Amino acid sequence: MKVKVLSRSADDQTRQRSNDIHKLQRNLDPALHPFEKAREYTRALNATKVERMFAKPFVGALSGHVDGVYSMCKHPGKLDWLVSGGGDGDLRLWSLSEQKSVWNTQAHRGMITGVSSFLEGNRFLSCSTDRTVKIWDPTVADEESHAKSVHLPVATYTGKYGFSGISHHRSDNMFATSGSEIDIWDHDRAEPVQTLNWGVDTINTVKFNQTETNILASTGSDRTIILYDLRTSQPISKLILAMRTNAIAWNPMEAFNFMAANEDHNVYGFDMRKMDSAKNILKDHVSAVMSVDYSPTGEEIVTGSYDRTIRLFNARQGHSRDIYHTNRMQRVFSVIYTMDNKFVVSGSDDGNVRLWKARASEKMGVRDYRERAHLEYAEKLKEKFANVPEIRRINRHRNVPKSIKTATQRKSIMINSRKTKEENVRKHTKEENRKDRIPERNKAIVGVKK
Amino acid sequence: MSEKKKKDPVLALVPKYARGDANKAVEGISKLKDKKLKGSIKRREKTYKEAAYKAASSEILLTEDAGFLEPEGIEKTYQLSQRSLAKEVDVATSHKMFSLDLKFGPYALNYTRNGRHLLIGGRKGHVAAFDWQAGRLGCELQLRETTMFAVAQKKYVYIYDKQGTEIHCLRNHIEVNKLDFLPYHFLLTSVGNAGFLKYQDTSTGNVVVEHRTKLGKCDVMTQNPANAIMHLGHGNGTVTLWSPNMSTPLVKMQCHRGPVTAIAIGHSGTYMATAGLDGQLKLWDLRNYKPMQEYFTPTPASSLSVSQRGLLAVGFGPHVSIWKDPFKTKQISPYMNHLQAGSAVQDVEFVPFEDVLGFGHRGGVSSLIVPGSGEPNFDAMEANPFQTKKQRQEMEVHSLLEKIQPEMITLDVNMVGQMDKAPIQVVNKEKKEAWAAAHPVEATELKFRARGKNSSSRRHLRKKAKNIVDQKKVDLLERIEKDKKERAKKRAGNPDEPVTALDRFTGKRRKMD
Repeated sequence: MKVKVLSRSADDQTRQRSNDIHKLQRNLDPALHPFEKAREYTRALNATKVERMFAKPFVGALSGHVDGVYSMCKHPGKLDWLVSGGGDGDLRLWSLSEQKSVWNTQAHRGMITGVSSFLEGNRFLSCSTDRTVKIWDPTVADEESHAKSVHLPVATYTGKYGFSGISHHRSDNMFATSGSEIDIWDHDRAEPVQTLNWGVDTINTVKFNQTETNILASTGSDRTIILYDLRTSQPISKLILAMRTNAIAWNPMEAFNFMAANEDHNVYGFDMRKMDSAKNILKDHVSAVMSVDYSPTGEEIVTGSYDRTIRLFNARQGHSRDIYHTNRMQRVFSVIYTMDNKFVVSGSDDGNVRLWKARASEKMGVRDYRERAHLEYAEKLKEKFANVPEIRRINRHRNVPKSIKTATQRKSIMINSRKTKEENVRKHTKEENRKDRIPERNKAIVGVKK
Repeated sequence: MSEKKKKDPVLALVPKYARGDANKAVEGISKLKDKKLKGSIKRREKTYKEAAYKAASSEILLTEDAGFLEPEGIEKTYQLSQRSLAKEVDVATSHKMFSLDLKFGPYALNYTRNGRHLLIGGRKGHVAAFDWQAGRLGCELQLRETTMFAVAQKKYVYIYDKQGTEIHCLRNHIEVNKLDFLPYHFLLTSVGNAGFLKYQDTSTGNVVVEHRTKLGKCDVMTQNPANAIMHLGHGNGTVTLWSPNMSTPLVKMQCHRGPVTAIAIGHSGTYMATAGLDGQLKLWDLRNYKPMQEYFTPTPASSLSVSQRGLLAVGFGPHVSIWKDPFKTKQISPYMNHLQAGSAVQDVEFVPFEDVLGFGHRGGVSSLIVPGSGEPNFDAMEANPFQTKKQRQEMEVHSLLEKIQPEMITLDVNMVGQMDKAPIQVVNKEKKEAWAAAHPVEATELKFRARGKNSSSRRHLRKKAKNIVDQKKVDLLERIEKDKKERAKKRAGNPDEPVTALDRFTGKRRKMD
């Protein structure tokens, strides 16, 4: 008779010395791991709860501006760098790591409507309603000025009208300003080298595409978004929406996609090649969206709104994944996603620049391998059970200010009643007179001109 | 080149690790119009496939092979006695073959999940817990009462710690015959003479639920290790399946013609073995609740146990017989036999991760070597026979954090996270009911209004000056009088209609003659 009996020696299964790591034999046979799904669900539920418990997104308020902060920009190549322009013409450069202002000056006599940094050197631009555009260099020491906060610009350009926005070309010494029309300026010329116009009185903003660098988008007060190509000096197309667009952000990874922050509380995502339908609509704000910015990965979007909140969206989903607000934060006019994909910065009416974490419960600093592995596992589990009602409820729950809550409720009632009415009208219309339903993504689009 | 074309040997192992049918998951996917959804389903299925493949290819890292008995020539495995087996095996293994002669029997026994520790309890009050492989005694106590099982005593259930100090007395569990513990749910279950199945949460101390079985005294209870459903065997030959969420049994099976004496369930949770006083031993498929095989035992079996690798141990009279692959085909002869001469077997249990079977009998506790019974490769994250104190403590914390709620005990373990396929009307109705249950309406007090006392004409009359009599007032008084008469007439009903017994409920005053 041949006999084999299980016989394990403790020496093979346990560590020899106390500073060795423990031997952990694994056997992935599902039969040895009962209640797999129920246990995973429990883990996912715990991870969701822990995430909400540790969600403390506010990092700090950078105070210095006396008036509201209406424009901000990041540097395409520096993490620490943030420029903000105030309503009283105060221009500040911030160090985000130190959370303080490292340079400031009384730059303009009017409100600073736009700031823009560019890749080359340490310079940045500011434009104002006082009809000037100025280039600044914080590293140049000023011998002529005595006061610390009075610096002289490197260059000044004077226009015919007050400026409403500015954007610098990705690589060339060229920038665009908006006002009554769009002007393209060369650093070395006092006059604009090119002027673009397509029947609009006032242009709100202008934004260079940072990937397809000759493309330029502008928004007009007549509810239009106009795209220009600098190579032909011709407009590409004009999109007319139901309401005015306040800001534009180009997708840094997909050069043809951009987001338009609209007055009708929504942000519309467009493919510039095919603008007769929106690619995505980001809903949730309850007042006009004033500012929008893409994360450097192109996957996330931050928006700032007139309803005094900031919302974070997944670029491919329609509703926000998070909302940030504080008691003291007023109307948000500018938001920025930092270049390390970890923070968002907001500038608001109350004169503070606020620094927030992009993922509210993320732990800052170095994480060791085990912690990282654990968090990744938890993340995957949350994803797996995201649609289980209990987990979804906990994950979605946010305490919002009462004003936002009531406004949200009122808005949903209005939208629903409008829908009901529409359906009732359809029901009571003869079939031959019945109009086609307009897809949600086309509702806001009035027309496209080429 | 030909070697490259050879089929990957890992592929044969993949089905064991695949969760569900991958082909079924992507069935009809080509008909989907939503490209995003299509893409995400495809991506997810691909990761699942990869995970199954990786798990299957990690099988190469498993070090141990299962034990076996291989007869040569005319030898039969059931003829092999433990004494002759002891000569064939190594010293460490032969030490696992032991026999304790104790005089407080018959004994019941229970092994921990990693197979390291053993708890024995004699009917006359002797309880001992020990590390049975090392032969280290943890605690031993002599209770003055006669004990039924490890901690279920004559009247109440008591909980002792490692040193044998009494920590809790559970007064809710009265006259308990059988105790069980659901390790992933932290639930202690008991059933006793009153026929109440009780679930107590050992992490919070609450009694989760008590079910009245309505089938009288019960002393056979086994848990299904795959889905935590409790199987109770009753005196009328039925086996009932219980979850804490239903006050009635999930399933009632008529298994035997006499009382059920023992139940054992395989580790996959698909097969059940039952034994009854009618001398039958039946094997059941729990997926369709139908018998697969039926055997006779010479005397009614007192106890059953299924090993991790699917061996079935049957204790009947002084015999223990072990059957190999009983759930696959009808067996003609047992795999192994053992006779505990002169001492009736009370309880048999296979040791997890060992080729050992322990059994308690009237004269003490013994253990047998059964090659091929235990799972050769344990998972140290699940049950580690060699765990240190620190590891055990850490594992306890983790398992507490991952405690599965009792509401999740269902017949289908994979229910959580699955789509509710009920129509939207049903889902909405359920939601409404849940909401109504969470928001009970406070009972409003019924107002007793005196009807007819406050009619508009009366009110008008009241407001009028009392001493003035005009035409309007006369009219009003007339109308009131008329209304009164009409009401009285109405109350009296139609005299032509026959009077029925139900008339007393209608409020009509009619005399029955």
